[in-house]
Parts: sequence; C-alpha cells; structure tokens
Amino acid sequence: MALIECKDASFAYEGVSVLEGVDFSLNAGDYLCIVGENGSGKSTLVKGLLGLKKPESGQILYGDGLKSTEIGYLPQQTMVQRDFPASVYEVVLSGCLNSLGRRLRYGPAERERAESNLERLGIEDLRDKSYQALSGGQQQRVLLARALCATKKLLLLDEPVTGLDPIATGEMYNLIKLINLCDDITVIMVSHDLHEAVRYATHILHLGRRQLFFGTSAAYRESSLARRFLGRDRI
Amino acid sequence: MTALLHMLSYAFMRKALIVGVLVSLCAALLGVSLVLKRYSMIGDGLSHVGFGALAIASAFHLAPLAVTVPVVALAAVLLLRLSQNRKINGDAAIALVSSSALAIGVLSVSLTTGMNTEVSSYMFGSILSLSRADAVLSLLLSAAVLLLFIAFYPRLFAVTFDESFSRATGVRTGAYDTLLAVLTAVTVVLGMRMMGALLISSLIIFPALSAMRLCRSFKGVVCCAAGLSVGCFLIGVTGSYFLETPTGASIVAVDLVAFLICLLAGKK
Repeated sequence: MALIECKDASFAYEGVSVLEGVDFSLNAGDYLCIVGENGSGKSTLVKGLLGLKKPESGQILYGDGLKSTEIGYLPQQTMVQRDFPASVYEVVLSGCLNSLGRRLRYGPAERERAESNLERLGIEDLRDKSYQALSGGQQQRVLLARALCATKKLLLLDEPVTGLDPIATGEMYNLIKLINLCDDITVIMVSHDLHEAVRYATHILHLGRRQLFFGTSAAYRESSLARRFLGRDRI
Repeated sequence: MTALLHMLSYAFMRKALIVGVLVSLCAALLGVSLVLKRYSMIGDGLSHVGFGALAIASAFHLAPLAVTVPVVALAAVLLLRLSQNRKINGDAAIALVSSSALAIGVLSVSLTTGMNTEVSSYMFGSILSLSRADAVLSLLLSAAVLLLFIAFYPRLFAVTFDESFSRATGVRTGAYDTLLAVLTAVTVVLGMRMMGALLISSLIIFPALSAMRLCRSFKGVVCCAAGLSVGCFLIGVTGSYFLETPTGASIVAVDLVAFLICLLAGKK
C-alpha cells in the first residue's frame, strides 16, 4: 500500500473551490516536489496533507501506519521566529512534541532523539547557541532537525530554501536528498524553483488550481508543461 | 533591619507581599509568551475591562473578584479572537473595547457613589484594598496559574515558537491561546487591585522585555523574567513603604530602571 494517497481530492474555502482533482500516490522513499505559481493551491494541499484542512470531496489516505500528526513538517519561517529567544536544543527538542502523549515532560528517549538529530545534520556544535543568532541556512538546518524529531517516515517541507544564499541553498538541497536516500525517508517539498525540483525529486506534482501534472521527474521533463515553464534549452 | 521587621508587622503588608510576589511571578511567566506572540496589547486591554467590571461590581455591592474574574476572562477570549481576525483591524478593535470598558466603568461609578478615592484606587492601585478573602482567592488562583504554566511548559514553548508546526503535530493551538488569555485575565485582575488598572500591564511586559535583553534561551528568559519581576516588586513595595509613594507607580518605576539596565548590559 502507498505511504500517502490522494484520491481525486478537492479543496474549497467558504464554498469557493481553490484546488481540484488532486490525484496521486507516493511510496516509501519517493521524493515529490510540489510546484506551481503563487495561488496555485500548494499551501492548501500542504494543509490537507497535514490533516488541518478536510478535502471538500475525495480522500487523502495514509498507509504504512503513518498518521497525519507524525509528519515531519517544516513550515515557512515567520517574523516572530527570527528573533525568538530559544537555544537550538530547545527548538529541536520541541519536535518531539507529538510523542509526548499525556506526559508533561520530555523523557530520556526524546532527549536522545534530539541529540542524534543534531548530530545527523552536523549542527551538534550549535546545540547551546541562540537560535536568533544563527544564519538563515543554520536556522533551516535546526528546523529540519526538529522536523526529523517528529517523524520516522515522511518529511513535508514548505519552501525550505526561501531567503537562503546560493551556497546555503545547495547545501540544503543536498542534505534533504541525503536524508531521503540514506534514511529512506519520503520527502514532499513545496518549491517554486522548477529547475532544482526536477534535478533532485523523483516525482513532480504541478498545480494550477487543479492538478496539471503528476508523474516522475523524467516524464515531467518530456511534458509540454515543463517545456513551457522551464524553457526548452535549460533542461 | 528593624525597619523592615516593623514593615512586616503590619498584616496588610504581609498580605500584599505574598499576593504581590505570586502575581509578579505569574505575570512574568505569561508575559514572556504574550510578548513573543505579539499579544502585549491584550494585557493592556484586559486591565481596562477589569476596571470597568470592578467599578460595576462595587456599584452593585457585589464581591469584586467573583465578578471581575469571569468578566475579564470572557473579555480575554474575545480580545484574542479580535486580534487574530485579519478582516477587521485587530489592534484598533482592542483599543475600542478597552476604552469603552473604561468609559462604562467611570460612568457607573459616577452615577452611583460618585467619583471618589475608590476610583483612584482602581486606577492607580492601593495596597490597602486587599481583603482577607481576596488574599486567599489570589493565593489559590496564582497557584493554579503557576501549576498550569509548569505543567504545559513544553507545549507552551512549542506553540509560542511555531504555531504551524505545533498544529501539524496535532496540538490544538487555539486551546492553548485561550488558556494563555484566561490565565492572563486572572493575573491581571489579581494584580489590578494593588497595581491599578493603568499600571498592571507593565508587570506583564517589562520583565519579559528586560529578560530578552540578557538571555538567549527560552528557559533562561522565563527564569530571568520571573526573578526580575519578583525582585522589582519587592524593591518597589519596600521603597513605596519607606518613601510613602504610591505602590503601583513605584513598582513600575523600579521595573523601568531594571529594563534600562538590562538594555545597556545586553548591548554587546
């Protein structure tokens, strides 16, 4: 059974449809990029996948024992966060929130998970640094470590390279690909950088208030849609 | 030293100190979250609603805390909704609610007992206004605020830092916002009698802002704000006793000085 499956899902706000005919399925280990212009319904689909917005019609199904609250989510940064007084460790540990259950405190298992994810992303030396003092690239790594604390199966990244310089952007893309390949964690990434999307992802979902394309990156490159958006010579 | 002991020999001073320390502690803890979430205005709005409710309670000879706590808690939920609503201007709506509440309070006082010292004590606080029942209720409520804050600390941190992420992991963030608002309402009402409606919001905002200049971790900020808040309260109360200055204003003045010191110390 697929890890995540959208069956002809559509979404609406106050009766006005914003996204229709989303129909795709992902298996464990896939790397999906959701692309599309502003207002194409990407954020709405993210909310749907996280279980925060119910589809108006159709279904979103999770397989392989995945729950919508066990998705490692990396939201877009808000202004509040950039100057938030918190240590890197505090932020990463807060990713274990969904395993807290009815308990009031994080236990040794959660602390260990936070430490190991710091190590996994090579930021253990930032552990006691202040989050607000970090560079944009480092902040995104911290939030990725937090997302990894929340999941064993699926990462959902909402424009993770926005505002990063080219070097940090490249590092972030490589890091995500590495996690995808080495740890067999499925990745869904919202992006508006089509070129990088095609390069790293195994599958592409192109939205424009409805599903314009879903398939492998290779098939997407050949599609007329990609030619229009990517420009023929750049592929 | 003997002067300090003499101060403590007054029952009203002991009562004020105990309630004051607890309220300062609650205000500082909640203040960190409120300031970080950009909800500082809510604290200010609540104190004005508190004044209105208090004035009406005294006009009808009702128990002040029993009336004010639920009314202000309700207002807290309302103000929270207003500030989250993107369609209307949230901050303008809060200003409207708070000045209306103030006006209703002043009207109800002037129509019944007339403008007297009681009104002034609501506005600027009075250390003598705490009855024994008030003190006991204050103790219980502030203990509840502290316990809830400590019990929900990991969740409050997560919700304060990143609402989207917390919601995705299944936390009902709206419920925590409401909890925060209601706890703030209780704290504002408790502190209002002593600090005065016009000064209570400083108790919420100053310690958090000062602590943020000094500390870089959330836990550090919370602990530092709590310490600063209680420290400033004790210095302010003692100062006001010896210099015979108004209690609320003295405490705010000490808070201001502490903030300025932190501002300078944190500028590295």
